[in-house]
Amino acid sequence: MVCEAWKTKLGTYLDGELPDEEMRAFDAHVRSCPSCAADALTRVQMKRAIHVAGTRFTPSAEFRRRIQQSIAAKPQRNFQLGWMLASVAVLGIILAVVGVTSSYRILSGREQASRDQALRDQAFGEIADLHVATLASSSPVDVISTDRHTVKPWFQGKIPFAFNLPELQNSEFSLLGGRMTYLDQTPGAQLIYDVRKHHISVFIFQELKLPASLRENTLSPKKLPFNMETWSQGGLRYFVIGDAGMADIDSLAKLFKAAA
Amino acid sequence: MGMSGAGPQSDLFEEMAMPLFDQLYNFAHWLTQNRDEAEDLVQETYTKALKGFSSFQLGTNFRAWMYRILRNTFLTSRTGLKATSTIPLDSEEDGPERAVENDTPETILMKNSNSQLVQSAIADLPVHFREILLLCEVEEMSYQEIAETLSIPIGTVMSRLSRARKILRDSLRPQFQRTS
Repeated sequence: MVCEAWKTKLGTYLDGELPDEEMRAFDAHVRSCPSCAADALTRVQMKRAIHVAGTRFTPSAEFRRRIQQSIAAKPQRNFQLGWMLASVAVLGIILAVVGVTSSYRILSGREQASRDQALRDQAFGEIADLHVATLASSSPVDVISTDRHTVKPWFQGKIPFAFNLPELQNSEFSLLGGRMTYLDQTPGAQLIYDVRKHHISVFIFQELKLPASLRENTLSPKKLPFNMETWSQGGLRYFVIGDAGMADIDSLAKLFKAAA
Repeated sequence: MGMSGAGPQSDLFEEMAMPLFDQLYNFAHWLTQNRDEAEDLVQETYTKALKGFSSFQLGTNFRAWMYRILRNTFLTSRTGLKATSTIPLDSEEDGPERAVENDTPETILMKNSNSQLVQSAIADLPVHFREILLLCEVEEMSYQEIAETLSIPIGTVMSRLSRARKILRDSLRPQFQRTS
C-alpha cells in the first residue's frame, strides 16, 4: 500500500478503530515510514489540543447540589406504579400460599390486562402530546413546503430510515411541512397535513426501536382527545393523529399505505 | 422543571448518572454555548433519564444512553432547532483525508500552544461536526458508542468525523498563520 492510502486511514488508526490486523500492519508501516510517522505525531498533537481545549466548562457546585437533591426528592409516579405492581405480586404469592390459586390467576390476569392498557394509553398519550406540542409551537415545521419532493429529501441524514410520501392530487389534503421528532429516545419524522382547517400529524418511526406498548395496532379511542390510526408497514410504524373526523384520518392513512 | 425519585431505583440512577455530571455539563455547554441553557439542558436530561430509567436495560451502554437523551433534548430545543435548521448537513461522503503538510495547524500549534484558538474553532463548527468531534476527542467514545449516541451508522461516524477534523484544520490554518 502506498503512503497516500495509509494516510487516508490515519485518523481511524489513531482512534484505534481499524481492525486488529490492519492496526498491526499500520504500526509496522509507521515504524518504517518517516513521513507517516511525522503525520501521525502531528495528528496526535492535534487530538491532544482538542481534548484540552474541549474540556472547558465546569458546572457550579450549586448546580450539582440542585441536581443531586432533585434526584432524591419525592416519590415518582412510575416508581409508585412499580411498587404497586410489586405489592400486587406479593399479594399474589400470599394468596398462592393459602391455596387460593384460582382467585389469584383471575386477579393477576386482570392486573396484567389493566397494566398493559395503562401502558398503551400512556404511550399513545405521548403521541397526542407530540401532536399538540407541535401545533402550539411558534414554528411547527422545520421544513416548510407543500411539495413532497422537497420535504422528503430534507429528512435524509437526519433520521436513520427513508419513507415515501403520498401523492395528494385529487385529495382534500395539503402538506404543510415536516420536522424531526423523538419518541422514547427514537428519532422519527413528523409530517403536518391540513384538511378543511384541521391539522393532522403523521409520525413515522422505526418499528423495532419503539417500546412494545407502541407496537400495537389496537387503540382505545375514548382515552384519546384525538382520532388516531396506527399501523406497521415495511419495518416502519405510522401514527396518523388529529382533530379531523375519523374518515379523514382513515383516508390519509390509506394514502400513506398505498405510497409505502 | 423538577425531578422526582426515591428508593432503590433513584439510588441506582444517582450512582450511575452522577459520575457523568461534569462531562454532560461540558458537552451541554458546548452544544448550547450558553451557561443558563446548558444548565436547563442538563436538568431536563436528568429529569427525562430518571423518568425513563425503568426502561433502561442494565448491562447496555448507560453513558451512550445519557448522552443520547441530552442530545435529543437539545435538538428539539429552540437553540437546537435553530442550530440544525440553519446549517445543512451536506453529503456525508468526503474525499480522503489530506496528508499533513509541513506547515500545518498542528505544527504551528506546537509552536504556539494556543488553546483559545482551538476552543474558538470548535465553537464555530456546525453543531453536527462539533458534537461528533467532542464525543470522540473529549469524551473518548468509541465509534460504536458515538453511533449509538447519535443514532447513525458507524460508516457515517467515520465520514462525519473525518469531515469535522478537516473543517477544524482548515479553519485553524489561517488563524495559526496569523499568530505564528
